Amino acid sequence: MKTILLSTAVLAFSATFALAESHAQTVRLGTEGAYPPYNFLNDDGEVDGYEREIGDELCKRAELTCEWVTNEWDSIIPNLTSGNYDAIIAGMSITAEREEVIDFTQNYIPPASSSYAALSEDADITGGVIAAQTGTIQAGHVAQSGATLLEFATYDDTIAAVTSGEADAVFADKDALIPTVEASSGEMVFTGEDVQLGGGIGIGLRKSDTELKDKFDAAITSMKADGTINAAIVKWFGPDAVVYE
Amino acid sequence: MFEYCVDPPSLEGLAWLSCYLTTGKHMAFYSAFGTVLLLLAITAPAALAFGFGGAMAARTRIAPLRWLGKGYIAVVRGVPDIAFFLFFVIALDQGLEYLRHKVKCPDWQEPIRQGSDFIVCQAAKIPLGNSPQWVHEVYGFSLAVLTFAIVFGAFAANVLYGAMRAVPRGQIETAEAYGMTPRQTFWRITVPQMWVFALPGLSNLWMVLIKATPLLFLLGVEDIVYWARDLGSAKTPRFTEYPHGDWRIYYFLVLLVFYLAFTRVSEVVLDRLMARLTRGQATTAGEAQRKTA
Repeated sequence: MKTILLSTAVLAFSATFALAESHAQTVRLGTEGAYPPYNFLNDDGEVDGYEREIGDELCKRAELTCEWVTNEWDSIIPNLTSGNYDAIIAGMSITAEREEVIDFTQNYIPPASSSYAALSEDADITGGVIAAQTGTIQAGHVAQSGATLLEFATYDDTIAAVTSGEADAVFADKDALIPTVEASSGEMVFTGEDVQLGGGIGIGLRKSDTELKDKFDAAITSMKADGTINAAIVKWFGPDAVVYE
Repeated sequence: MFEYCVDPPSLEGLAWLSCYLTTGKHMAFYSAFGTVLLLLAITAPAALAFGFGGAMAARTRIAPLRWLGKGYIAVVRGVPDIAFFLFFVIALDQGLEYLRHKVKCPDWQEPIRQGSDFIVCQAAKIPLGNSPQWVHEVYGFSLAVLTFAIVFGAFAANVLYGAMRAVPRGQIETAEAYGMTPRQTFWRITVPQMWVFALPGLSNLWMVLIKATPLLFLLGVEDIVYWARDLGSAKTPRFTEYPHGDWRIYYFLVLLVFYLAFTRVSEVVLDRLMARLTRGQATTAGEAQRKTA
C-alpha cells in the first residue's frame, strides 16, 4: 500500500518538474471537439475541423508551438481563467456577457445565422419546446423568445432530443445544422426564420493575456488579408457561407 | 488498422465492422477501460489508507488529532461528491501553484487574482505550460486519484471506526490481562479482528466506487462514458469515414455489461474474502463455519 501511495505521489510530482528546464512557450488551445464542422474529433480521435485548420495556421504565423486539448463546453470558460489552457477556439460567439469574464480576439468567422431545425416545417418554434446547447447564445435567445428551453450538454444531444420527439425543434448555428439536416435524408428540415446573433466567432483569452491577444489578432488580420480564412470557410461550410468582404 | 480499411464506404458487413471498431477513436475508447481499472486499482488502497488513518485519528486519546479525524469524516461525508470534485480539485491545483509561485518567482509584482483570472508566473504552472499533453493527463489523473481517495477515505474511515469498536470487549480485556500495552492491543487484537466487521461496509464502498468512475470526466480525464457518448452519437458522412445513426444505446449497453460483469466478479471475490476472514472469529458466521468443518 505504501509503495502504491508513494508511486502515486511520485508520478504526480516528477511529471511536473521533469521539464522545468526548457522555456519555449507552448500555447494550449482548448476546444470542445463535438461541434462539426467547427471542431470535432476525427476517426483517429484527433481534433479536426475548420477551427483546427485556422488554429494551426494562426500558430504558424504567430510562431507559437500549439497543442490542442478538449474540454467539456460547460466548463470551458472557468478552465481558461484558472489556467488549464491558454485560448478557447470552440465556435464561441463574441457576446457582451462573455466579454465581462474573458477577452476575445477579432472574429475569425463573420457573424452568421442561427436556425431552427425540426422534424416538420410546421413545428411550433414560438411556444413549443426548443432544444439548445447549455451556455450558448442560442440557448439565451430561446429563453427570451417565450418558447420552453430544453438545455443539453452537447450539440449531439440536442439533435437526439429532436429525433426522439423530446423537443419540437433544435436551435443552433446554421452552419452546424446544415450537415446534420443533409445527412438526415429528409427526416429533419429547417423551419422558421434565420436569426442573426452575436458578433461573430473569436478566440477567447484571459483578460490578462494581452500579449497573446495581439499576436493572434495580427495573425488573423494577415489571414483575412491574403484570403486564407475565406478559403477555409468555403472549404468547411460550403460555397453559400458568409465570407469576409 | 487492417489493410483493406483504405476505403471504408466500399466495405460491408463484418469487414466494415472490423474496420469501424479499430479506428483510432475506438482504440482511445478501449484504453479508457484501462484508465478506469487503473484508477480503481490505485484509488481503492489509497482510500483504505485514508480511511485507516481517519479511523485511528478519530479514536485517539490526543484531542486535537481526534477532532481532526472526526472533522474529516463529518465534513467530507457531508459534502456532495460533485461539489467536492469541482471545488476541491481546483482549490488544490491553485494552492499548489500558489506555493510554487511564492518559491520560484519571489520578485513577481502583479496580483495573482485579477478578476476571475488566476495568474502565476510561467515557471510555477503545474504542469508547466510547455510540457507535453501526457504530462497534463497524468497530472489530471493523479488529482482524480487523490480526490477519489479523500472522498471514499472518509466513508471508509467511518466504516473502520465502527468495525474497531465492534471487536468484542472480552478480546480486548484478555489482551489487557496479558499485560499488552494499548498499542500492542490495537495492532495484535483489534486490527486483525476488525476486518470481518468492516468488510460488508467496505464492499459497499467498493461497489459505489466502481460506479462513481464516470465522475472522472468532471476532472478532464476522458473516461469510458465520454467516449461512448462521442462514438455513439450520430455521425454525418462529411466528417467521418464511418457514418452512422444514433448508436448510443449500443455503446451504453456495452458499458452496462462491463459494469455488471465487473461488479459481479467483485461480489464473488468479496464473498470468498468474507469466508476467509470469518474463519476462527467469535461471530455467528465463524461459529457456523466451525461446526460444519
